[in-house]
Amino acid sequence: MSAPVRLQINGHGVEVPPGTSVAAAIARLGLPFRRSVQGHWRAPLCGIGVCFECRVRIDGLAQQRACMLPVREGMQVWTDA
Amino acid sequence: MKSYDLIVVGAGIVGAACADCASEAGLRVALVEPGPIGGGATAAAMGHLVAMDDDPAELALARYSLGLWQAMADLPQAEYRRCGTLWVAASEEDRARIPAKLARLDAAGVAARAVDARELYRLEPALVAGLAGGLLVPADAVVFPPAVARHLVERALRRGTAFYRSGASHIGAAAGVRLHDHSELSGPVLVATGCALPQLLPGLPLRPRKGHLAITDRYPGTVHHQVLELGYADSAHGEADSSVAFNVQPRPTGQILIGSSREYGATTPEVSLPMVRRMLQRAFRFMPVLRQLDALRLWTGFRPVSADGQPYLGRVAGRRDVWVAAGHEGLGITTSLGSARLVVDLVLGRRPAIDPQPYDPARVAR
Amino acid sequence: MRDGYDVLVVGAGPAGLAAAAAAAGHGARVGLIDAQAGAGGQVWRREVARTGPALARRGIAAALGHPGVAWLPQTQVVGAEAGALLVEDPQGGRWLGYRALVLAAGARELLLPFPGWTLPGVTGAGGLQALAKQGWPLRGCRVVIAGSGPLLLAAAVTARRHGAELLGVYEQAGGEHLRRFARGLWRWPGKAAQAAWMRARLAGVPYRCGSVVRRASGEARVQAVEVDGPHGLQRIACDLLAVGYGLLPNVELARLLGCALRQSGAHPCVDTDSRQRTSVEGIYAAGELCGIGGRDSARLEGAIAGHAAAGDDAGAARLQRPRRHARRFAERLDRHFALDPRVRALAEADTVICRCEDVPLSALDGHADARSARLATRCGMGACQGRICGGALAELGRFPRDGSRPPLFPARLSTLAADPVSFRDP
Ligand SMILES: Cc1cc2nc3c(=O)[nH]c(=O)nc-3n(C[C@H](O)[C@H](O)[C@H](O)COP(=O)(O)OP(=O)(O)OC[C@H]3O[C@@H](n4cnc5c(N)ncnc54)[C@H](O)[C@@H]3O)c2cc1C
Ligand SMILES: Cc1cc2nc3c(=O)[nH]c(=O)nc-3n(C[C@H](O)[C@H](O)[C@H](O)COP(=O)(O)OP(=O)(O)OC[C@H]3O[C@@H](n4cnc5c(N)ncnc54)[C@H](O)[C@@H]3O)c2cc1C
Ligand code: FES
Repeated sequence: MSAPVRLQINGHGVEVPPGTSVAAAIARLGLPFRRSVQGHWRAPLCGIGVCFECRVRIDGLAQQRACMLPVREGMQVWTDA
Repeated sequence: MKSYDLIVVGAGIVGAACADCASEAGLRVALVEPGPIGGGATAAAMGHLVAMDDDPAELALARYSLGLWQAMADLPQAEYRRCGTLWVAASEEDRARIPAKLARLDAAGVAARAVDARELYRLEPALVAGLAGGLLVPADAVVFPPAVARHLVERALRRGTAFYRSGASHIGAAAGVRLHDHSELSGPVLVATGCALPQLLPGLPLRPRKGHLAITDRYPGTVHHQVLELGYADSAHGEADSSVAFNVQPRPTGQILIGSSREYGATTPEVSLPMVRRMLQRAFRFMPVLRQLDALRLWTGFRPVSADGQPYLGRVAGRRDVWVAAGHEGLGITTSLGSARLVVDLVLGRRPAIDPQPYDPARVAR
Repeated sequence: MRDGYDVLVVGAGPAGLAAAAAAAGHGARVGLIDAQAGAGGQVWRREVARTGPALARRGIAAALGHPGVAWLPQTQVVGAEAGALLVEDPQGGRWLGYRALVLAAGARELLLPFPGWTLPGVTGAGGLQALAKQGWPLRGCRVVIAGSGPLLLAAAVTARRHGAELLGVYEQAGGEHLRRFARGLWRWPGKAAQAAWMRARLAGVPYRCGSVVRRASGEARVQAVEVDGPHGLQRIACDLLAVGYGLLPNVELARLLGCALRQSGAHPCVDTDSRQRTSVEGIYAAGELCGIGGRDSARLEGAIAGHAAAGDDAGAARLQRPRRHARRFAERLDRHFALDPRVRALAEADTVICRCEDVPLSALDGHADARSARLATRCGMGACQGRICGGALAELGRFPRDGSRPPLFPARLSTLAADPVSFRDP
């Protein structure tokens, strides 16, 4: 198996196997994803990039779909942001 | 045949405001609209309530209307927010326009002040570096136009206005209209059908002027004011077949609305990517951070442009009981409330608060 | 300069992969694009640290390994003009030109609203499978799977392999329907074998017919579900609920391009002839996009489209018989897993329908079309552009989702401003 990928989620360092999605990496830490416009917690629904419930901030850019992006070394992820 | 004191045809923001105003004055009103309330140009609009000062008549109507908008400020459905308008100067040439613009606004009683480059970036840090300064109109605001139209209609309905979900196909030689379902209503008619005006009143020329808008996902805190380039008026009032100008608006949701384009001759509602490209490239020149934001939707709408750019407000020449309120081009959200008050005053034989003469439909001799 | 291809294929699932391989086999210069990072589409989605089944590996290698195929992953189509698509990848936006276009955009799950469906921990059934394959942690997690169709079993198998504790699979279709379905399965030996294999993997997991999840509840996330079955209501404590009611085609791009659609139940799919030609010259469609049919019809239709797009009618003709056979399976699926009206009545007045804008069902009363509802309530105005609520509202018999326009997915503004410069000759 190839070397794990290291990234930061809400400031915590995590190591996950390459090919893991950002969504899965967030779930491994048990973190919430986003808040709806009325302030309710939401998390991935479709897993395939159509529902937009998994949006988080990645490397400074808000509203990115976590289920569509494989982790990258050094990625900075912020949930509920 | 049902008879009314006033039959308002069209429930865009203008017709909605007319029905509201007439029912408030105690008239028995009918409102005729085949589509959703505010589903025409009103649904496409940016909802910027702005004191446009390029023409004295336009400014007078805008100024009058902005005062009336105060009554909507606390209405949650209107999504009213007084974010102010920040006009930015791209060049020294632009900046040289500021004193004259200030003088015009001041003469009309609109508070405004010049802003130097330092303050410009304090107000809008996302603006591109190197701009010359600008002008701030703090009292300008934004609303969500179709919601306002619905509110006005609901208020009119509560006062007993009769709503006909149908289109008017014909205005009678005497007073009254025939509807698409062939039923007839009798009484004085006020036509507020926006771009469709010539279908009922062919003597009043109107040209549709297509516009595109883009809206982003939620990025709160990126933009704080409605921000326009001072050259906006060149685009708005030029006669070019097509033009674009930088114009962005922060929605209360944190979304950013980006305009604007103007096109004569384009009659289908499809989004034109070449036009969107021009419009966005213009916007990026002023606000490069926009490039990386996600757009959720693009849409288009048609501004109703009269023969001389001023709306037709008043009695149709040669017709005793036919009135019109249409042709507000790109400012009809702002000027809807004042237009309605002015026309209803004329219908009632009252003296309007501002001089109605520049908007009198009789000016277009046909 | 923009890249030009003889044949451009949108979607790298079984249909798109087969189309790309077939077209490239005739010497065409092929571009194969998919929004996902890996090829395989939904059914052959790669798993973290695990090799896929042989069929998947062969299907992927035949396309990606062909020197005539340019593979463009993480590339999403967001707009179109005559002869060119506007796409976005992590580097930015650009235009891709084509002579022939094969649409193989597949399907998404039909996700229907019920009280509690917005709680974290509630996913689609295929959704759970997709998340698990990408490394979503399931070990020791108590999972309930519900909804309808064979996808429930596939999702259950994946979840179990990832260490989930499966509390049960709840199928809305009645037992009698399923028995009749199973009795006809011998005509598709591959499917029968697959079904037997899945059942073996799911030994010991309760599989209940005629059962519908009525409600999910929990504080900050799902903690329990309420199942309405033949023997009454049952409350089950769980950590995850995966529920999906079948699939619906991703017709947005086809619609934008002006391809004629036809209605299949409450949802549109792309209308094609036997050569997978759409109503628009030079545009072909294959796979789930032409009606939900599953992997086998997707592969065959993809190959037919690939041959036809590269001008080989004989190749396209040869595959007609197996294609018809595969499509008959889909018709059976449709019939036997038809939705129980109960399922369409689960949402209550205050159940959120539009998850992007938090619009409840009651707000939509009195609206006869999507546009009027959107203007008045913001329903469908959010980031998913009505993909979730639009499918649900069509299924609920309220109103269909309205037409397509760019951007087909949320796209960076810089992408929408990308310059279409002249083609590079393929
Ligand atoms: C892209 C864009 C951006 C804009 N931004 C702004 C802005 O920021 N600020 C601003 O002040 N203005 C703005 N405007 C201008 C503004 O939208 C219009 O001036 C205004 O909406 C006109 O309102 P209306 O009621 O006259 O027309 P509409 O809203 O078009 O209403 C006309 C109504 O009449 C109905 N109708 C038509 N024919 C018939 C018939 N025969 N019988 C019955 N009913 C009929 C139609 O269905 C429609 O509902 C913008 C316009 C566009 C296109
Ligand atoms: C979540 C889910 C899980 C499934 N799991 C199984 C399973 O385990 N077993 C099974 O037999 N069937 C499964 N299916 C059914 C599946 O639809 C078919 O088996 C098969 O994958 C269909 O093949 P296809 O090529 O038609 O479409 P798909 O495999 O769906 O491939 C379509 C591809 O097009 C891409 N795409 C769509 N729109 C765009 C765009 N605008 N730009 C770029 N790319 C785009 C998508 O990313 C996708 O990869 C699943 C379906 C879903 C939705
Ligand atoms: S989970 Fe639906 S888009 Fe990511």
